[in-house]
Amino acid sequence: MLAYILRRLWQMVPTLLGVMLLVFIVFNWVGGDPSYILAGKRLSPETLANIRTHLGLDKSMPEQFLLFVQQVLHFDFGPSWSTQQPVGGILAARVGPSLMLTGSLLVVELLTALPIAILVAYYRGKLVDRAVTIACTVAMSISSLVYIIVGQYVLAYKAGWFPVQGWDDDSILGAWLFYIPLPLLLGLAVSLAPSVRFYRSFVVEELNQDYVRTARAKGLSERVMLFKHVLRNALIPVVTAVTSSLPFLVLGSMLLERFFGIPGMGNELLLAVDKSDFPVIKAITITIAISTMVFNLLADVLYKWIDPRVELK
Amino acid sequence: MSANISMQQNSPAAAPPRSLWSLGWQRLKRDRVGYVSLWIVGVFALVAALVWTGLLAGNWNAEISEPNTSPLWVAHEKVAVTSGENELDGSTGPIIRLAAAEDPINQEMEAARKNAARYKTREIEKTDSLILGSDQRGRSVMQKVLQGTATSMLVGIFGALLSVLLGTLLGAFAGYFGRRTDDFLMWFYSVFTSVPDMLLLLAFAAVSGRGFTTLVLVLSFTSWTATFRLVRAEFMKQRSREYVQAADAIGASHLRRMFVHILPNISHLLLVQFSLLLVGLIKYEVILSFLGFGVGVKQVSWGSILGEVPNELLQGYWWQLLAVVLFMSTLVTAVSLLTDALRDALDPKVK
Repeated sequence: MLAYILRRLWQMVPTLLGVMLLVFIVFNWVGGDPSYILAGKRLSPETLANIRTHLGLDKSMPEQFLLFVQQVLHFDFGPSWSTQQPVGGILAARVGPSLMLTGSLLVVELLTALPIAILVAYYRGKLVDRAVTIACTVAMSISSLVYIIVGQYVLAYKAGWFPVQGWDDDSILGAWLFYIPLPLLLGLAVSLAPSVRFYRSFVVEELNQDYVRTARAKGLSERVMLFKHVLRNALIPVVTAVTSSLPFLVLGSMLLERFFGIPGMGNELLLAVDKSDFPVIKAITITIAISTMVFNLLADVLYKWIDPRVELK
Repeated sequence: MSANISMQQNSPAAAPPRSLWSLGWQRLKRDRVGYVSLWIVGVFALVAALVWTGLLAGNWNAEISEPNTSPLWVAHEKVAVTSGENELDGSTGPIIRLAAAEDPINQEMEAARKNAARYKTREIEKTDSLILGSDQRGRSVMQKVLQGTATSMLVGIFGALLSVLLGTLLGAFAGYFGRRTDDFLMWFYSVFTSVPDMLLLLAFAAVSGRGFTTLVLVLSFTSWTATFRLVRAEFMKQRSREYVQAADAIGASHLRRMFVHILPNISHLLLVQFSLLLVGLIKYEVILSFLGFGVGVKQVSWGSILGEVPNELLQGYWWQLLAVVLFMSTLVTAVSLLTDALRDALDPKVK
C-alpha cells in the first residue's frame, strides 16, 4: 500500500509539471504581453520597461518558466495585480465561505439524492421510476442559471423569505444560518436531478447482484436487504465519486457565489478573470490542480480500504 | 462506403448484408421518442442554418417596437408614458430654468436645436404587438431568441465537432501505437483532466478575447478528454483483431489501418459522443456568455439574453426568460433523448 502511494505521488510530478507548463503557455504565450494591462492609462516606454523587468518578462521564455516553477514551489504568486494584496492571503480568506456553502450542499444533496435513487432503483421499470427519470431529464434541460435567477427573484425578492444576497464576515454561524439557506436550496435544485440519475445507476447495478437474491431467499425483509446490504455496496462508488469531486468543492458553486455575493473562491476567480488579474487565476488553477491529484489518489486508497476486493495497480 | 465493407467482412453468414448504420436507422425509426427527438433536433438545425444564412431573423437588431411590450397573447398593461418634462408629484408651478445668459452651454444647445432638423432620424412605425414581446430596446424577442438559438447551436455543433476530432485523433494514436506515444498522450490527458473544465475555460477566456471563434476553440480544447479516453480504449481493443491483422497482411499502412479499417467500426460511438458533447457545450456556452466571457457584444446567444433577465425581472418583464427557457429546454431535452435513442439503436450487440 505504501509503495503504491509513493509511486502515485511520484507520478504526480510530471503531471504537475505539465499543469505548470499549460498555465505558463496560456498566460505567457496565448495571453500576450500583460504589461499593457498593468500600465493602464499612464503608458510610457519607461513604465512598460519597468513593469517588464519587474515581472521578469525581459528574460527568455525558459528562464521565465523556471521563475514560475519557483513561484509554485514556494507557493508565492506575488501580489494581486488589482488589489496589491498577496495572493496567498486572498485565497486563504476565500476558502472558508466556499467550503461552508459547498460542504453543506454536498451533505444535503447526499441525504436527499441517495434515498430517492434507492427508491427509484427499487421500483425500476415501474411508473415511479419512469416518472422520476423523465422529470430528471426535463429538470436537467433547464440551464442552472434559470434556477438561480428565478429562485432568487421569487423566494428572496418577491416572497422575502430569504435575504437577496450578502454575507456576514464577523459571525460564521450568522452567515450560515442567514445567508447560506437559499443558495443551498437552489444548489440542491440544480444538482438533484443529475445526482439521482448518477446514484440510481449504482444502485441498479447492485440490485442485479446474486447476493440480493440470497438475502431475499433467506427471508430478509426488503428494508434490511435494501439499506443494510445494497446501500452499503452501492456506497462504494458513491464515496469515490464524491471524494474525487471534493476539489471542485473548493472552487465552490461559482455561479451561486456570484449571484448571492458570497466571498468565496469561485467569486474571486470570476472577479480575477474580469480584471485580468493573472496571479490570482494562476494561483487558483495550480491549487485546484494539485488538490485534484491528491484527492484522486485519496479516492483510490479509500476505494481499496472500503472494498478489499479491489486490486491497486 | 467503407463502413459497409468492413461490416460485411465481419458478418459472413448474414444473407442480405446490412450495415450497422442502416440497422440503427431502422431501430431509431421504430423508437418513437427517439424519432420525434430527431425531428425536433432537425427543425432546430434547419432554423440555425436559416438564421446563419440571414434568411430568418436577420433583422433582429432593429428596434421595431416600443420597448418592453408584453407578448401578444398577454393582456396589455399600458405603461405610463412620461412626457419628458419634469413632472413632480403635486407640483403645479412653472419649471424654473436658467436664464439664457447664465446657461454655460446655451450656445451649444442653440446650435444643436438649429441643426436638429437636418439630422431627423427616420421614423419607424413602431408596433406593440409582437408574438413574444420586445426587449428594453424594442427589439423583437422572437427574432432575438431565434438568433440566439443559431449562435448557441453553432457554437455547440462546431465545438463538439472539433472536440470529437481532437479526441479521436489523439486517442487513435495513443491506443493504436501504445508505448511511448501512449505514455506521452496519457500525460497530456492527465494534465488536462487535473484542471476542472470550468476553471480551464475561464483561464482561456481570461487571456483570449471574446467572440465566436475563440469560444469554439476554448470549448473544444477543454472537452476533448472524454472522447480521447473512449477512442483510446477502443483502439487498444481493436488493433489486434483479425481484420486489422488481415489489413496488415495486404500491406495497409498504419494510418490506413487506423482510419480506414478501425475508425468506421467505432464511428457509432463517436456519434453518441458528439451528441453528448453538444448538450454539454451548449450549457457551457450559456454560462460563459452569461458571465460575459462568451460571444461578442454584437452577437446574441441564449446566455447573453439570460444576462439581461435578472434586471428585467425586477421590472416585471418576464418574457425574455420564458422564450429562452422554452427554446433551450426543448432543444436540450430533444438532444438528450436522441442521445439515449442513438445509443440503443447503434448498439451492435442488439440484433
